[in-house]
Amino acid sequence: MTRLPRLPASPPSRSPDPHPRRTPVTPTDRTGTTDAPARTASSGAAPSRTTDDVHLGGDRLYTEAITIGYDDRVISADLDVSIPDGSFTVIVGPNACGKSTLLRALSRLLKPSQGQVVLDGRAITSIPAKEVARRLGLLPQSSIAPEGISVVDLVARGRYPHQSLLRQWSADDEAAVVEAMAATGVTDLSDRLVDELSGGQRQRVWVAMVLAQETPILLLDEPTTFLDIAHQVELLDLCSDLHHERGHTLVAVLHDLNHACRYATHLIAMKDGAIVAEGAPSDIVTAQLVEDVFGLPCRIIDDPVTGTPLVVPESRRRRTYSLTDYPDPNPAK
Amino acid sequence: MSAPTRPTPPDVRLGRAVRVVRSRGGTLSGRIDLRTVVVCLALLVVALGVTVVALTTGDYPLSVGQVLGALTGVEDGPVRTIVVEWRLPRALLALVVGVALGASGAIFQSITRNPLGSPDIIGFNTGAYTGALVVLMVIGGGYGGVTAGALVGGIGSAVLVYFLAYRRGVQGFRFVVVGIAISAMLAAVNAWLIVTADLESAMAATLWGAGSLNGTSWAQAGPATVLVVVLLVPMAALAPRMHLLELGDDAATALGLHAERTRLALVVVGVALVAVATAVAGPISFVALAAPQLARRLTRGAGVQVLPAAAMGAVLLAASDLVAQRLFAPTQLPVGVVTVVVGGAYLIWLLVREARR
Repeated sequence: MTRLPRLPASPPSRSPDPHPRRTPVTPTDRTGTTDAPARTASSGAAPSRTTDDVHLGGDRLYTEAITIGYDDRVISADLDVSIPDGSFTVIVGPNACGKSTLLRALSRLLKPSQGQVVLDGRAITSIPAKEVARRLGLLPQSSIAPEGISVVDLVARGRYPHQSLLRQWSADDEAAVVEAMAATGVTDLSDRLVDELSGGQRQRVWVAMVLAQETPILLLDEPTTFLDIAHQVELLDLCSDLHHERGHTLVAVLHDLNHACRYATHLIAMKDGAIVAEGAPSDIVTAQLVEDVFGLPCRIIDDPVTGTPLVVPESRRRRTYSLTDYPDPNPAK
Repeated sequence: MSAPTRPTPPDVRLGRAVRVVRSRGGTLSGRIDLRTVVVCLALLVVALGVTVVALTTGDYPLSVGQVLGALTGVEDGPVRTIVVEWRLPRALLALVVGVALGASGAIFQSITRNPLGSPDIIGFNTGAYTGALVVLMVIGGGYGGVTAGALVGGIGSAVLVYFLAYRRGVQGFRFVVVGIAISAMLAAVNAWLIVTADLESAMAATLWGAGSLNGTSWAQAGPATVLVVVLLVPMAALAPRMHLLELGDDAATALGLHAERTRLALVVVGVALVAVATAVAGPISFVALAAPQLARRLTRGAGVQVLPAAAMGAVLLAASDLVAQRLFAPTQLPVGVVTVVVGGAYLIWLLVREARR
């Protein structure tokens, strides 16, 4: 077994924080890739940015009146969404409300039938696919690990957008993979086969693969599905760290409203393909909103740990009849 | 990254011996997996060994020295004719067809994410047989006509399977299921054509259908070698994309790959490789199915890989053809009969292995 050569002692100098603690957006702050100048220069792929490349005053990623759906079935029509730069945006809504569809459109997996998705001031479809993949990463809902692949090999595949026919494994690739595995705590698993890992470990490996892509914007499609509560919190803490410490812009689709309220800096509530409310969770989450969006009568209290809104569903009995109507069939023994 | 206190990332265990190669300027870099290299070299040595045996043995046993002499032009007369004109084209074609089948098997197993996905399964071979039968029995034609018919039939059925399986892109599973359905229908057509034919045509057709390298000359070996080498060039660019596609279309697209375009390119190269093999040797079964998986057991890598699969295909077919020539000499078996036996043994081994898990 050979080991990768040791990295220089100061890897932090390698890829500068793209969004150092959000300050007012300036055009220079918005230059496509986060890569150090040396790297983009060596890849030769850095686009020469013209003035109409820069969408002044807006966010890096937004939609312009998109209509999206599958075949002839329209899920969302005329949707305008903007992802605030440097935010941890969470999209919530009942099943089949179009939240994953929106995420697929934002990540150009789904082409809108009308309107367009705009990334860095250009229609996302007009940017070369690899170039988009250097700015915007996606953790899809369903990914497949090839049989017999090791953790480090899978994470390394996240480097594809930075590679070319001749440049298959640069020093940058290696450093990014090492860093992504360290950030997600899978370094100790690096030589294990992905097939052998637990669900929580596997999901962390997939996150590591997306991190190795080194994109300033990260989209996560229901990243906590199939995880138990401890691993859900662990993964969301990891996302929160990525957002706070590294300045990634994060967009996640989540099912759990309380997780959304706790971790999101920007919440988008969807119903029937339309946006019902958006803003900071503490500003928009009310019992009325939850009732409107999910049809669930509830109370909102302060999360005793974080102070964010906590949704407590009303008991089904309370909804239809009072407890006193039915005496407890099993009185205290 | 803002925090200068971040700890130096630890060394990473790869679990495999890997040599990293980088040019000084960084324009050229890559990882070389040593085990894969060793496996490919070993398979190459075995294939060469089999080829040497094929060149030296037969009705006129020759020494290695005589063969080398004939190849370098020192020997003359009958020895040279036997080696260069009779045995060499056949030995070379066995290697080349094996490479083509192994590589195309790796492509189809990667696309379908299924160890049973191969050009045999998705209808190419059955379609090629249908084309050849139609030429032999309905239109009537010689060697060139049969080859053309086989190519039209094989490529036609591959195109049909691709489009029938197409629904917002081609998914591996649908590809396999549609391929099996089309194969079954074409097999019925083939059986009907053979049953209704006269005895002589039926025998000729069955012989062609088994896949054989008997009577190979440079007229087949030369063009086939050139074509297969040319087809392996685009694979150098396609292989990394093929491995990315194995992660699923969503992940591959998110990483900047045009998933459907890549898959189509892979199908085209895979079908072209198997088309060359079928054109010169008829439909040879099981090599494309077994070679990628056998190679994967040796390299212990992630998924199927094209180069080890191609090398394994060359070994399998060269060895099978040697057996076909020598086992019941002077009677020569079609090599397809031997590969079917080898393939059957392989399938039993695979099933036993899976059952024991």
